[in-house]
Amino acid sequence: MSSPPNVAVFVTCLVDLFRPSVGFATVKLLEDAGCSVHVPIAQTCCGQPAWNSGDRKDTREIAEAVINAFESFDYVVAPSGSCAGMLKKHYPEVFAGDEEWQGRVTAFAAKVYELTEFLADVMKIIKFDYAVKADVTYHDACAGLRELGISRQPRALLDALIGIKRTELKDCETCCGFGGTFSVKYSEISNSIVSTKVENINASSAKMLLSGDLGCLLNMAGKLGRDGSTVEVRHVAEVLAGMIDSPPIGDRKQPRRDKIS
Amino acid sequence: MEIRSHKFRQNAADALANEQLQNALAHVRSKFIQKRAKAVNNLKAFDTLRDNATAIKNHTLENLDVYLEIFEEKVIAQGGQVHWAATAQEARGQVLDICRRVPAKTVTKGKSMISEEIELNEFLEQNDITPVETDLGEYIIQLRGEHPSHIIAPAVHVNMDQVRDDFRKHHTHLPEDRVLEEPKSLLLEARGILRERFLKADVGITGANFLVAETGTSVIVTNEGNGDLTQTLPRVHIVLASLEKVVPTLEDMSQILRVLARSATGQEMSVYTTLSSGPKRPDDVDGPEEFHVILLDNGRSSMLGTEFQDMLRCIRCGACMNHCPVYHAVGGHAYGWVYPGPMGAVLSPSLAGVDKTGHLPNASTFCGRCESVCPMHIPLPKMMRHWREREFEQHLSPPSNRRNLKLWAWFAVRPGWYRLMTRFSHLGLRILSGWSGSIRWLPFARGWTRHRNMPGPERQTFMQAWQRHLVERRKS
Ligand code: SF4
Repeated sequence: MSSPPNVAVFVTCLVDLFRPSVGFATVKLLEDAGCSVHVPIAQTCCGQPAWNSGDRKDTREIAEAVINAFESFDYVVAPSGSCAGMLKKHYPEVFAGDEEWQGRVTAFAAKVYELTEFLADVMKIIKFDYAVKADVTYHDACAGLRELGISRQPRALLDALIGIKRTELKDCETCCGFGGTFSVKYSEISNSIVSTKVENINASSAKMLLSGDLGCLLNMAGKLGRDGSTVEVRHVAEVLAGMIDSPPIGDRKQPRRDKIS
Repeated sequence: MEIRSHKFRQNAADALANEQLQNALAHVRSKFIQKRAKAVNNLKAFDTLRDNATAIKNHTLENLDVYLEIFEEKVIAQGGQVHWAATAQEARGQVLDICRRVPAKTVTKGKSMISEEIELNEFLEQNDITPVETDLGEYIIQLRGEHPSHIIAPAVHVNMDQVRDDFRKHHTHLPEDRVLEEPKSLLLEARGILRERFLKADVGITGANFLVAETGTSVIVTNEGNGDLTQTLPRVHIVLASLEKVVPTLEDMSQILRVLARSATGQEMSVYTTLSSGPKRPDDVDGPEEFHVILLDNGRSSMLGTEFQDMLRCIRCGACMNHCPVYHAVGGHAYGWVYPGPMGAVLSPSLAGVDKTGHLPNASTFCGRCESVCPMHIPLPKMMRHWREREFEQHLSPPSNRRNLKLWAWFAVRPGWYRLMTRFSHLGLRILSGWSGSIRWLPFARGWTRHRNMPGPERQTFMQAWQRHLVERRKS
């Protein structure tokens, strides 16, 4: 057997700050899939706040630091379509026209994957040897969906998990209104967009909302929470890893669960 | 049209509070999207056609001067006239000169965004010439004294009750007790009124969806046939078009037509595709005696060769705004100038100045749906980001944002310090989220917490928890 691939986890700044559970779920899924998992200590953020604010210089410095810290691994995996998209699709633009970095950034970008994409397409995971009982629906976070084409993978993985009941969310491909700093700078518009999203979530029969990007999840969980909804919000990695006993996003109480019979 | 894009925030707040508008926008949210999806799914070759259409326009833009000259030669050879207008003011002057010479009292108009861009109606009225919009949507908003809120459905913000009231208010010569309950009755009334105006008009002005270089033809697509009447009945026909409307051949035009209507309204073809090549010839049964084309630049040539050149491929189908969550929320008027939605967020800064329209490229979640549906593969989010870069370079973004960004970036390239900063942030958020696990008021993100909770963080940051995890792993 060939040696296990060396996979570096790009945790993302939001998971680091808000939801370590997603990081641990990611590590577990990758280890279960047979990877040798590493968490480079020199990581901070992918640089999107600067990139999307038009600050090329700072983006460039951050991108250099990320590439330095991660390029020696076989793969770089992030539990976020948005950050993986930044590393994979936007870093080459950050270094556009720079002969010296061209080769490095191209090689680096080729190693980057979003978590569900990596599990389904590279590690070819088609089953799990445990069951998770949950009644879920999935929102396609925009960057993962449109920059990386992620749509089939999280659904296939969820469907491979025994105990999952999955229903499609109406307008699951419509933006939730997060958009990074947009949600604060244009909060009224952001609120209107997330309100429509929450209407659709409430109209679905699912008891748990999943997605692949923590930013969007914080936004939707925040709105559902303000409205007093009982829908539980989690990152898809938590469910896939069978780690759903911790309190859901925006809550401090453990959810009550019926035992899996 | 006076630029109100700098008031975008206020415009948006007003739009969100306007219940009637919100009802009207629901239509855009569902109908346009469904119709396009159906049309696109029914045509296997759609993606190939998109690629072809994109390639055609790219080729044309690379050789724009050549094709414009060929177009001009052909028009002249067919007895028409071409006028080059560098600015909106020049274009207005050229229209007025022609109208004065005729002399024209009434001008009928087909739908034209260029006419909006150069504020032609206001200008003609100031010069005692009456412009009459003949597209139903345009006619309605003209009665209302408004501007289009959408590039292909100008009155999409208006509902039927409002139209009924407007018609009763303005068409006072008609019996007061007439029944105007059905959309059909409104349509018939408008048609009756417009027929008269068509016959009276001295000059007809239309826009152009394409200018075909090889034949010197201008092409418009409509669903009402009003364009045909506008350009064949009056003695003089003026085509108002911007430079980038030119395509090399009729074959090229038909390729692009196949993606245009599908992207716009979900139709395979618009109902009318009207080609006009020069004035009436001796054995033609109808047509204008004079045929003029006004070619407007107004800032477009300065986009050539820049990161904004791709925007000139735009065929004004409206798909980007039909799929835009921000447009869905606030509608077209909030954008504060002629072109709304994602295409406007890129084009308006080019034409009207980023200093006046700086909000537009910022008010986007970068969800990317516009680019994914754009038949011309225009990378709209990327170009909005380019505008943000220009704003950042020119120090147009708010100083406090810049300071925060710089400070954050300082930490982001110093992992040790960054760890320390996140620990403090984490602690603060943890305290604020209290027993509930959610924050209802956050000092630095009040915009967020006004409408939503901010979910609180878990017990430790990932990096803290991971270090502990590694230590425990080593022990066991
Ligand atoms: S940018 Fe693309 S989608 Fe938007 S109007 Fe132009 S061609 Fe249509």
